[in-house]
Amino acid sequence: MGKTIIEKIIQAHSRDEAAPGKIVWMDLDIRSARDFGGPNVVKHYDQEYGDTPLADKSKTFFTFDLCAPACTLKYADNQQACRDFARKHGVEVFDVDSGIGSHVLMEEGLARPGGTVVGTDSHMNILGAVGCLGQGMGDVDITFAFKTGKTWFEVPQTVKVVLRGMHSPYADPKDLTLHLCKELGTRSIALRAAEFYGPAATSLDLAGRITLCSMITEMAGIIGFVSAEEVPPVLMPAELSDEKFSMFQADPDASYADVVEINVEGLAPQVAVPFSPDNVRPVAEVRGTRVDSGFIGSCTNGRTEDFVRAADVLNGKKVKKGVMLKCVPATRRVYQELLERGILEILFRSGAIVLNPGCGGCAEGHAGLTGKGEVQISTGNRNFSGKQGKGKTYLASPAVVAASCIRGEIVAPEEF
Amino acid sequence: MRETTLRGKIWVLLDKTGKLIENIDTDQIFHNAHLHITDVSEMGPYAFGNLEGWKDFSKKCGEGDLVVAGRNFGAGSSRQQAVDCLIALKVGAVIAPSFSAIYFRNAVNSGFPVLRIKNLEAMVTSGKLKTGDLVEVDVKSGGGTNLTQKLLLRAEPMSVVQSEIYTAGNLFEYGKILNEKK
Repeated sequence: MGKTIIEKIIQAHSRDEAAPGKIVWMDLDIRSARDFGGPNVVKHYDQEYGDTPLADKSKTFFTFDLCAPACTLKYADNQQACRDFARKHGVEVFDVDSGIGSHVLMEEGLARPGGTVVGTDSHMNILGAVGCLGQGMGDVDITFAFKTGKTWFEVPQTVKVVLRGMHSPYADPKDLTLHLCKELGTRSIALRAAEFYGPAATSLDLAGRITLCSMITEMAGIIGFVSAEEVPPVLMPAELSDEKFSMFQADPDASYADVVEINVEGLAPQVAVPFSPDNVRPVAEVRGTRVDSGFIGSCTNGRTEDFVRAADVLNGKKVKKGVMLKCVPATRRVYQELLERGILEILFRSGAIVLNPGCGGCAEGHAGLTGKGEVQISTGNRNFSGKQGKGKTYLASPAVVAASCIRGEIVAPEEF
Repeated sequence: MRETTLRGKIWVLLDKTGKLIENIDTDQIFHNAHLHITDVSEMGPYAFGNLEGWKDFSKKCGEGDLVVAGRNFGAGSSRQQAVDCLIALKVGAVIAPSFSAIYFRNAVNSGFPVLRIKNLEAMVTSGKLKTGDLVEVDVKSGGGTNLTQKLLLRAEPMSVVQSEIYTAGNLFEYGKILNEKK
């Protein structure tokens, strides 16, 4: 019997038979903790394991991305507790200047195709974008992983998702992803892995794959993979195109729990309406909704390509007076690329606020929250009630957010 | 040996229309504004602090009470605090048709019982589980009874790993047992 992509990755990291439904012990290539969860990991580790060494300090990392730099006394204490622990155990810290941990791990070549990575970030499965089995876990799991380098894991079933047709030229990977959130909901791939096929998926560049894979969590899935053989090599960062890397492909006779076909032909820009990421409608249906603020960034849409799309809309135009547009590059490397390509200047001149790299507006700690009555349009991945404050959050692509901030109301980018 | 039979009063998490609330996410269970807290003993007051209609849960809930919720409970983030805040309140277990993968793991690793009953929604709709009912359940076998209504319940039994971690107390204690076996 052939294996799916996730079954192959797990099999390569376990002595147990990686069959769907079985619980196996899996070796972890990389284990990480960030400033949310990290201090809890430190506390557990000190309590449970004291001064005894980690399984492998060279495979253990801290990534500070949520409260960067610390803006409350509590987070300052928490981050320092992690730094002290890291110093004591010889662990590298990607500190508050680095950006989003999952992205940094990809850029540094630590999250590798075919690898296994865990961290205290529920979007760690974003690493599916590079064919790596990333999983977000709580602080107990991560503490155990720091100490043992292993985790118990139930091998999930896999669903094959075949995309038919191509989206419209005005739509981008986020619109495609939101459409999939709508079509797959929180049931179709719940507790399962997904493999995406069809040209609309396989033609995605790395940034597009990151966008798609980042929202598998919102679809209640374990992880998503895009068939790898068709990745144009030039679109992979140098660290990931090393000849040593081999991406796993599903076997032709692999067994799938389900096959879902989704038509994306001519798909237009989409928006997820409060308060659920699968409450998705075409922009045309909510056109004219007033917006008070916008956010471009997050692990979903914080890559250079995302800001290029926003800058194409913002170039030579102004964010409407009274509207606040916050831009947060995912990583320091993205920030540098935006600087060198003149994108930061376009954003600045448009009136946008450009912040240092990090998670941005998805949680309290970095790029601001919404107040009662505020309407925000965001490239983030969650718009649950109350998550980012008492306001309402619409989810959209960078181009839609940019266009809506110029107009002061939700509008499609093709109108610009 | 850790007790496997739980007995407690249930809280059925219904919305304003009387429907069992689905997709309760971790920001509704334990909001990100409180993530700086690392002491479990301090987490109780924030449990369901952002869940409409249930923001006063921590004041109402008694020791050993059981929570009944809709499918995909614990969606969203990986925060352990969403489990720990219920442990802090001494909640006995959460019962739902399904849980998010991360929430389920976190609960298992903390030795906190999470029970899956597939037809839970139908039971709630037909009045077979109501807030205040006294329920007894064996967390390992999944067999249980609504003592108030004298009705049998059937939750999925624990997997071997889940059961062994539960018996050990939590993942750390289980790890020590595995080490001794080597």
